[in-house]
Amino acid sequence: MKAAVIVFPGSNCDRDLAVAFEQAGMDVAMVWHKETELPQDLDIVGVPGGFSFGDYLRCGAIAANSPICKSLIQHTERGGFALGVCNGFQILTETGILPGALRRNAGLKYICRTVGLRVENAETAFTSQYEAGQVIDVPIAHHDGNYFVTDEKLAQLRDEGRIAFTYTDNPNGSVADIAGVISKNRRVLGMMPHPERAADDGHGGTDGVAMFRSLVDQLATA
Amino acid sequence: MKARVYVMLKNGVLDPQGEAVRHALGSLGFDGVEGVRQGKVIELDLADGTTEDTVTEMCEKLLANTVIESYRVELM
Repeated sequence: MKAAVIVFPGSNCDRDLAVAFEQAGMDVAMVWHKETELPQDLDIVGVPGGFSFGDYLRCGAIAANSPICKSLIQHTERGGFALGVCNGFQILTETGILPGALRRNAGLKYICRTVGLRVENAETAFTSQYEAGQVIDVPIAHHDGNYFVTDEKLAQLRDEGRIAFTYTDNPNGSVADIAGVISKNRRVLGMMPHPERAADDGHGGTDGVAMFRSLVDQLATA
Repeated sequence: MKARVYVMLKNGVLDPQGEAVRHALGSLGFDGVEGVRQGKVIELDLADGTTEDTVTEMCEKLLANTVIESYRVELM
């Protein structure tokens, strides 16, 4: 099973994400943003957290226009899997792969702490080892995690079961407490919380491990 | 030639920074500030002959996120 993690200037969770994929049993290639093609035969692409391009202009805006992102868009259009965490989620919305946008936190502060997440949809390749309604503890670390979608789009996301996770106690003002959304085909997940930072006993929590195990299980049978 | 691009959060999209500025003005004693919206101004130095359409394309592709932001182009 093969994963790639894209590395932008300013990414800082790229290695954590790679380790989480590896511990779940995947081979991981790190791919620099200036590459124009992702490796062949990938099972999943990870878009990591961090501060790509210093968050200049808007978080993720410049990264979304990096050479590698054309290949990422093609990968998702072909039905490939992708996971974007934190800045990776911002990049996925900026590319248009996922709907909505991430605004400055409602309280204007950078927030770095562990929060409760409710699993809203346990019938995805990312969440199959959780129970629907289960509450898990996963860290957040962001300044711009305040998810926005129009009312119309929100209704669509709800109808299509595309809200993957919600906050149990909304830390940032996100519409409908949304912490993570999935694509219509259920193969691209973007989320502000960091499952790769809850993937080892040394992290102080391991509630993120089930996501990576779910992926390996589901991709093995796909 | 130059162009100036004004980028603002769309009406209806909560602007927490604008709200914080509004509160700060109130606490400085400026009464009657009923709303503050904070945006950004981007100045572009452009080769002569660059068209407004091209600047608009720059806005659509990069300078604004049209999910939450509106923009206005001013050629100078």
